[in-house]
Amino acid sequence: MAHATATAHTGEHAHGHDHEHEHESMKTFGFWLFLITDCILFGTLFATYVVLRGNTSGGPTPAELFEMPGIIAETFILLTSSFTSGLAVLAMNRGRKNQLIGWLAVTALLGAAFIALEMLEFVNMVHEGATIATSAFLSSFFVLVGTHGLHVSLGLIWMIGLMLQLRKRGITPVTKRKVDVICLYWHFLDVVWIFVFTVVYLMGVM
Amino acid sequence: MLDSIKDFASEFFVTGDPLILGAQVSIAIAMVAILFVLSYFKKWGWLWREWLTTVDHKKIGIMYIICSILMLFRGGVDALLMRLQLAMPEMQFLEAEHYNQIFTTHGVIMILFMAMPLMFGLFNIVVPLQIGARDVAYPFLNALSFWLFFWGAMLFNVSFVIGGSPDAGWLAYPPLSGLTHSPGVGQNFYIWGIQISGIGSLATGINFIVTILKMRAPGMTLMKMPMFTWSVFSSCIIIIFAFPILTVTLALLFLDRFLGTHFFTLDAGGNPMMYINLIWMWGHPEVYIVVLPAFGIFSEIAATFSKKKLFGYKSMVFAMISISVFSFFTWAHHFFTMGSGADVNAFFAVTTMAIAIPTGVKVFNWLFTMFRGRITFTTPMMWMIAFIPCFVIGGMTGVLLSVAPADFQFHNSYFLIAHFHQVLIGGVAFGYFAGLYYWWPKMFGFKLNEHLGKWAFWFWNIGFYVCFMPQYVLGLDGMTRRMYTYDFDMGWGPLNLVSTIGGFMMGIGFIFQVWQIAYSIKKNQKDVTGDPWNGRTLEWSIPSPAPLYNFATLPQVEAVDDWWEKKQKREQGIAPPPAPPLEPIHMPKNSGIPFIKSLLWFFVGFGFVWGWLWMAIPALIGVGICMLVRQFSYDTDYYIPVSEVQKAEAQARGAAL
Repeated sequence: MAHATATAHTGEHAHGHDHEHEHESMKTFGFWLFLITDCILFGTLFATYVVLRGNTSGGPTPAELFEMPGIIAETFILLTSSFTSGLAVLAMNRGRKNQLIGWLAVTALLGAAFIALEMLEFVNMVHEGATIATSAFLSSFFVLVGTHGLHVSLGLIWMIGLMLQLRKRGITPVTKRKVDVICLYWHFLDVVWIFVFTVVYLMGVM
Repeated sequence: MLDSIKDFASEFFVTGDPLILGAQVSIAIAMVAILFVLSYFKKWGWLWREWLTTVDHKKIGIMYIICSILMLFRGGVDALLMRLQLAMPEMQFLEAEHYNQIFTTHGVIMILFMAMPLMFGLFNIVVPLQIGARDVAYPFLNALSFWLFFWGAMLFNVSFVIGGSPDAGWLAYPPLSGLTHSPGVGQNFYIWGIQISGIGSLATGINFIVTILKMRAPGMTLMKMPMFTWSVFSSCIIIIFAFPILTVTLALLFLDRFLGTHFFTLDAGGNPMMYINLIWMWGHPEVYIVVLPAFGIFSEIAATFSKKKLFGYKSMVFAMISISVFSFFTWAHHFFTMGSGADVNAFFAVTTMAIAIPTGVKVFNWLFTMFRGRITFTTPMMWMIAFIPCFVIGGMTGVLLSVAPADFQFHNSYFLIAHFHQVLIGGVAFGYFAGLYYWWPKMFGFKLNEHLGKWAFWFWNIGFYVCFMPQYVLGLDGMTRRMYTYDFDMGWGPLNLVSTIGGFMMGIGFIFQVWQIAYSIKKNQKDVTGDPWNGRTLEWSIPSPAPLYNFATLPQVEAVDDWWEKKQKREQGIAPPPAPPLEPIHMPKNSGIPFIKSLLWFFVGFGFVWGWLWMAIPALIGVGICMLVRQFSYDTDYYIPVSEVQKAEAQARGAAL
């Protein structure tokens, strides 16, 4: 009897383990689909920006407004954070928990620096009298760039939560999937930023 | 003090209309009655454990369907009020403003809060059972989708007694829906109600794509999937591409109203036409989102009740997928008169005509499925047969509308109203009714009474033609939509009266359906076979209602219509292979988070509607806390032991013998 229970138990365990892997890969797949929807969301905002960006209505134009040194700094910070999030995944694949948490922390710090610079940029613009209600161009500018910033900020909270979980639980199939997913998200935001940088800033000042 | 409360109340509640006062009183009485019944019979715990926290796709499906039937009632009453007002020239039944509110809410409710939840209800109940799965891919997210829909719908509906309903049409075109022309809170209710439930719909789209791609029973390749599952898949593909556009569009409209941005305003460089383009980039695919599953339902029903395999399975799949792609390239036909030029209009006219081709292919598939079949005239089959001529006429008037030069004549007239009601009632409503009758025994374990169902069927069908055929003529006679009254000398009186009579006939049809459901519940003639229609697909191979885990052992699929093939083999005396031994079944645990989080979203929406940041911001923080709590919970599932599965199976099968 005791023997039977024991085998039933290990059977259940092996089965459960198998199931878990399948389960986690399914969640990653769903996240890819979510990224498609997010892509459409940004696509719609980009389309709106492109349609409205000439409508400055007597207010400041992109060329007058954008200060490129700050923007270029933001860009390099965000690109670097994407690189460090990749290093975090590499550390995870080698099973090094502390290294993983360390690289995630570096990524989060760089992300926070990006957000700080972006907020500074926005505050400066508002002080110069270029607010979200000034013209259609500025409305679409603040909403497009701000939505990206909001995504990064939410990613930061998410990442901090994940670091706490990693400290407590270590690298398990579940936390591994969570790290994979947040890094996907982080790279995605990086790609979106490259488009923001090109379409909004470069094409704005050129 | 008292005066300020009075002032607040007169702004907060809708006052001064006897119809709405009556509704307010009856809502208050109904709510007190519900609270009383739940407390008196001590059902609060039951409600919370069995329904509010459930993640079971079958229960979620049932809740979707109950809500959608209630919404059908509300949207239907709106329709009858409008028809009463238009029944005769110069009627004094509704005021202009009230009429505007009613046609706005009728449209929104019927599409977003009736058709969509009825569709999601059927997705939930049928898809996992048809593909041999134990639940959807993300049961927690599924519950969240439902509750977001539910609280979004509540937020929209509450506007009718609190604050005032939106009145700028079902798609709320600016500048009319902007702050200058709609200063009240009605448009805010519109934006937040749809936004909250729309996020739920988006999540459902992702959920079902993953479910269908990743959770099919072993052996069920894509080209062996039941046709309804294919239709759900193509509909969900449209959802994930279309709904983000809606999210952005509504958000921008809200920013225009709340922060004074200039996306769609008339001053400071705003562009209202941008809104109309964006909303139809979602809005046109949306009609295909709701109609494709109806096509899937008809395919299942045609095959089952003709006792034949679906004719042209591959062409049907191809037609559905091509519709889901094409649906994104026709949006501008909604505003040919906008003045975008001959080239643009020609492009969208051609794509609109082209999309009729795959739809036409399907009609032939259904006809050839029935051809030389042994047809049984059950209620689902009758709705299916009635759908074909109705949808063909609706489709052809659609092709007439797609001719851009002719559209300058039809645009915004009753011809258009008749056309889209014909495809939406004849296609979507008939389809979902048929699906509801067809899968009802699988949900509840008993069939709906056929006799009363036939009465409902004839009232709906005759009523439909009496109501909408005159509207084509009225449209050609120059009657435009959204007018609340008209003069005697226009000569529109008689046809409008006929149309109103037809509307009320459909109302009687609905009453028959309610009677039918009540009667059948009371009779409760248990279906003990689990397969009352002699079905073809996997959902009919298990007991009705399906046990918690659906399939005790996952079926091994070998063919399209696998259950039918297995039944054929059994008849020929070929013994089925022995069932593999039972294993513990992995199931998700119930959770209260979806309900609480969606309720908090309701308060976020309600706060923003009134500009009460003291309410919106704490509620938003609450939403964030719910997300973190979920992120940190690891104890989210459990196993049903073999002994319990055996017990449940013996019970279900025992009932079957």
